[in-house]
This record gives sequence, C-alpha cells and structure tokens, in this order.
Amino acid sequence: MLEIRNLRVRVEGNEILHGINLSVRQGEVHAIMGPNGSGKSTLAKVLAGREGYEVLEGRVLYEGKDLLAMAPEIRAREGLFLGFQYPVEIPGVSNMYFLKAALNAIRKHRGLDELDAMDFIVYAKQRMKLVEMEESLINRAVNEGFSGGEKKRNEVFQMAVLEPKLAILDETDSGLDIDALKIVAQGVNAMRGADRAIILVTHYQRLLNHIVPDKVHVLLDGKIVKSGGKDLALELEDKGYGWLDEGAEKHQTVIS
Amino acid sequence: MINATEEKNSYLSSFNEFESSAAAKGHSWLDSIRRAAMGRFTEIGFPTTRLEEWKHTSVSPIAGIPFKLADGKPNGLTPAHVSEYTFGEVECCQLVFLNGRYSPGLSSLKSLPRGIRAKSLAAALAADRDLVEPHLARHAAYNRNAFTALNTAFIADGAFVFLPPGTILKEMIHLLFLSAGDSETVVSHPRNLIVLGAGSQATVVESYIGLKPGQYFTNAVTEIVAGSDSVLDHYKLQRESGRAFHVATLQARQDRNSSVASHSISLGGALVRNDINMVLDAEGCQASLNGLYVTDGKQHTDNHTVIDHAKPHCESRELYKGILNGKSTGVFNGKIIVRQDAQKTNAKQTNKNLLLSEEALVNTAPQLEIFADDVKCTHGATIGRLNDDELFYLRSRGIGEESARTLLTYAFASDILGAMKVKPIQCQIDLVLLNRLTQR
Repeated sequence: MLEIRNLRVRVEGNEILHGINLSVRQGEVHAIMGPNGSGKSTLAKVLAGREGYEVLEGRVLYEGKDLLAMAPEIRAREGLFLGFQYPVEIPGVSNMYFLKAALNAIRKHRGLDELDAMDFIVYAKQRMKLVEMEESLINRAVNEGFSGGEKKRNEVFQMAVLEPKLAILDETDSGLDIDALKIVAQGVNAMRGADRAIILVTHYQRLLNHIVPDKVHVLLDGKIVKSGGKDLALELEDKGYGWLDEGAEKHQTVIS
Repeated sequence: MINATEEKNSYLSSFNEFESSAAAKGHSWLDSIRRAAMGRFTEIGFPTTRLEEWKHTSVSPIAGIPFKLADGKPNGLTPAHVSEYTFGEVECCQLVFLNGRYSPGLSSLKSLPRGIRAKSLAAALAADRDLVEPHLARHAAYNRNAFTALNTAFIADGAFVFLPPGTILKEMIHLLFLSAGDSETVVSHPRNLIVLGAGSQATVVESYIGLKPGQYFTNAVTEIVAGSDSVLDHYKLQRESGRAFHVATLQARQDRNSSVASHSISLGGALVRNDINMVLDAEGCQASLNGLYVTDGKQHTDNHTVIDHAKPHCESRELYKGILNGKSTGVFNGKIIVRQDAQKTNAKQTNKNLLLSEEALVNTAPQLEIFADDVKCTHGATIGRLNDDELFYLRSRGIGEESARTLLTYAFASDILGAMKVKPIQCQIDLVLLNRLTQR
C-alpha cells in the first residue's frame, strides 16, 4: 500500500530525513517512534503534502502511484489521512460544514453521490460516538476553543468520518490524560480493518499499550535505525533511545 | 485651476436648472439651505489628495465627468425586476427609488401603526414640514464636505422615516435605491432622514443597487436622529455596478441611552467613499459599527468613520474588515474622539484586512484623540494573507485549493455577518458574498 524508498527531505536548508525506507501493507498498524527532532513529524507532513518540504531524493509509492506528485487534496481523496499533531483552529468555519465539504469532495472523487445535510448529520453523529465526542462540538468552528483533548478527538472523529485507506496519526497521544488516551485509542482500534493501514507516529510507548502495532520502527536523526515487532516498543520504554544512537553510527548502511 | 472651475460650473448650471424645476419649488426654508450649500461647494470644490481626509482617495475621476442630474423615469421597470433585492415577509414597507427619485409603482407599502412615517422625502417636505424642518440638513455638515454640500444643494428626494416616541416597529423599512445605469452618465443625490422619537425602535435598510453595468454617480447622505432610549439597527448594502461611483455619508446624532448599530457592507462600485460619523451626544449611548468591504479588479473603497464621544458613560464598538483582491485598493480611517467631558468612555475599534493578491493594497489608520483622563479605549489594525496552516489543514481533508481559499476568505467575514440581527439580510449578503468569492 505504501512504499517509501530512500526518502531524503530538506526543510529550510537543513536535511531532516536522510534516506527513509518503509513499507506498509494493507491492514497493518505500524508505529514510528523516536525522540523529539528525529524527523517523525517531517515524515508525516511530507506524506500528507505540506508545502515547504523539499524532496532531495527517493520515491513514495501509494497503491502503486507516485504520492509525491499529488496535491494534498488529491492524496486525501485517494484515501490518505493525516491526524495533526497540532490541529489548526479555523474561526468562522463550522466543523460540520468543513467535514461535509471534505467528505463530499472525497465521495465525488470516488464516484459516489454527495451526502446532503440531513444524511450527513445522521452519519456524523453515529461516528462521533466512536470517540465519545460531545455533539455540540460539531456546530462549533473547527477546533476553535477546543481543549487539547477535544482537538485530538476531533482528529480521530474526522478520520472515522472520512474512512481513509491509510491513516497517519502524528502524536495523537500527546497532551492527553489517561482517560482521553483510552477513548482516542478505542476510536482508532474501531477503525482498524483488513483494508486499512495505520501509521502511528509517537514519542512514547504508552499509546501502544492501547493500540497494539504489528510493526515498530525507530526513527533517529532522520533514519530508521531499527525495526521490529511490538516488543521493540517495550524495549525502548525500558532502555530509552540512547543504545540505538551508538548503533546507528556503526550500521548506518546496513539497516533499511 | 481652469479645470476645477469647469468641474464646478457643470454642477452650478445643473443647480440653476434644478432650482427653477418643479422638484425644488415650494419650500422657501429649504431654498436658502440649498443655496448656502451650493455656495459652499463652489468655494471649496472637490477635495484633492492634499487634504488629510482624502490623502489616499483621488476623486478626480468623479470631478472630471460632467454628470447630468438624473430624473426618476421608471424605464419600464416592474416590481418583478426588484424582487431579487427584497427581503419578503420581514419588510413592513419597501420604498424604491430609481436614480434617486421615489418610484411609487415599484414600492410596496403596508399600513403603518399610527404616527409612523415611511415615505419619500419629497412627499414629507410637502406634508410633514414640522417633522422634517427641525432636522433636515442640521446634522450632516456641508461646510466641510464638498459631497455633502452638493447633496444638500440638490435635496429633492430620498426617504423620510419617522417614529413617534414609544413606537416599536418589528418589521424592517427597506429603502432600495436602484440605478439604471443607462447610456447617459447621471448623478443622483439621495437624501434620507431617519428620526427616532424617545424610546422608539426600528430597523432600516438602505440598499444601493446598480441594475446595468453603466457609469453613474450616487452621492447619498443619510441623517439619523436617535432620540433618548431609542434603538436603531441600520444596514447599508452597497452593490453598485462595476463602473459606478458611490459617495455616501451617514451622520448620526444620539441622545441619552440610545443605541445605534450601523452595518455597512460595500461590495460594488469602481470608486467608493463611505463616511460614517456618529455623535454620542448624551450620557449612556451605545454605538456599534460593523463594516465589510470586498474589492477586486481596480476597485477603490474608502471607509472613513468618526465616533465622537461628546458625553460621559458612552460605549462604542467598531469592527471593520476588508477583503481585497486583484489590483484593488482600500482605505480604512477610523477616528475616535473622546471629549474632555466624556469620562468613563469605553471605546474599542478593530480593523482587519485580508489581502488575496500580491497587488492589492490597503491603507489603514486607526486614530484616537483623547481629551478625557478616565477612559478605556483600544484600537488595533491588521493586514494579512490567508494562513498557510489553515489552507493545508483544509486541503489535507480533501477540499480543493480554490474551495479552501474561498472557505477561509468567507470565514474571515463571518463575524461581520454574524453581527447582523436580521437573518434575511444576513442570508442575502451571505449569498452575494459567496457568489462574489467563487466568481474569481
């Protein structure tokens, strides 16, 4: 579903990603872990199409197509979703209007009929239950005045509405208390399925107690230095990232 | 100098013709005002950009055209032609003016509660002199503003709205000014007088609509006299045609504990100047000024507002927003004066501008002149572009770039629209605005 090959990316003159290789298959849940500044968010944003990220080398194939050649909205319509680390507040645009426009753009792209306001409301309310989101939030402006937890729930709610094929959740756990974390995790787990891949980008292991990944990758200084099963996350929790750092120097060319 | 004289001469000869016409006859008290105003116009002439108040707005395109004084012939228009500009059920009456003259055939009047007047100024001059004379041309100063002087010199028609003390009108009064924009370049000088007796309440809407893309000049003046404890919700929707010139003054005088809200939406016109002057002339007044200007192409829109806090314990709130595209230019100049007497004044002014193109330009100048020492005044102005993070957020959800830009631009104006209490007005502007923004 997603093939990243030797991806090198520069941001504002600094190379942040030094050759990423990653392969994600349909139905899989991957976790990309790493300390602050390792390039996790850069990777997420490049995949979603944020401007200002210069690809120096490499390719990204999404369902066999050249992902990097697509505009951000086309990526979304093709089934890619980015859950933002810092969801943007957009005063004056209601959540409801925004999501309906988004869903209908995606449906149109897929050759489906657009939903009218009534059908959308019914559908959206049912989806809100997945993340136990308060119904009144849908009539508010996008993320405006939302608490940190409400913003993250809103991201997962949007994912549930848009039903992507590949969801990249960037630090969806950060800033959540344990109850909110459980609710968000429960929403993500409900979205797991054989035809959907999920990439969790996270600093801490604790999210992975609630969403158990199939594969775990460690990103350090712009490179994936280790990949493994779910146990790797526990090992990281135990030992931290330091032990990998030294290894990375030595095995730079070996691990890919 | 020769040019300046010629510019004035064309108005002077129009004036001589006008004075001897039927429209001007029969009101000797008004004759002297008209003559004084014309005299003042010939003294000061059209403003130049050397004047501080006109620094960013050159009116030479207006001054250079010898406009002919418009007549109000109905030009084959029927009520069906005006229906798209009306508000339906929520109107108690609609006065339609064609090129500045009242058109009874296009208007629709419902019976009004006793004592309330909503009629043409021409009719009021004939029938309600005792109500009109104490106020007409007493508030909008023609000695300093050449356009007000011209309008005053040519006072003939417009709307007269009068609410006796204690009367409350739930439905709105709609004043619809249509410009035919035919082959001739004509000028009209609509003159409106709105008088609210003590404790009365009304909603008045002025719409200025260009029916055809021709060139013409609307030079309007509205005087508002808000009695003590009165409440006025005033809307001005400017949708002149793309080649039209529009200059308008709104002059309001507020008495004790009165509350006046002005909503000014400026969408059309090639060269537009709005002056809004509020005088809070007694304690406990509230003034709220909402404004939105949307420009594109080579449009130029200038909003000058003055809120004069003359007495203590008054409150004013002002929010003006501009959306500028293409090579258009905008001006916002908002002055708040707090007189020495006006202790405990609470004034807040905000101007925000959104530039959608590299070439659009806006000049914003909030000004505070404070002579009292115990006051709370804040002002602020911003000029910005669409936020990249917001755009990306929308696009990352599948919304196309153009739609995302439109949505964010529209959202920028949302608090101005949200402040409109009358929903059908809000809906109409909503629709017009969305059409405007998606047309690009």
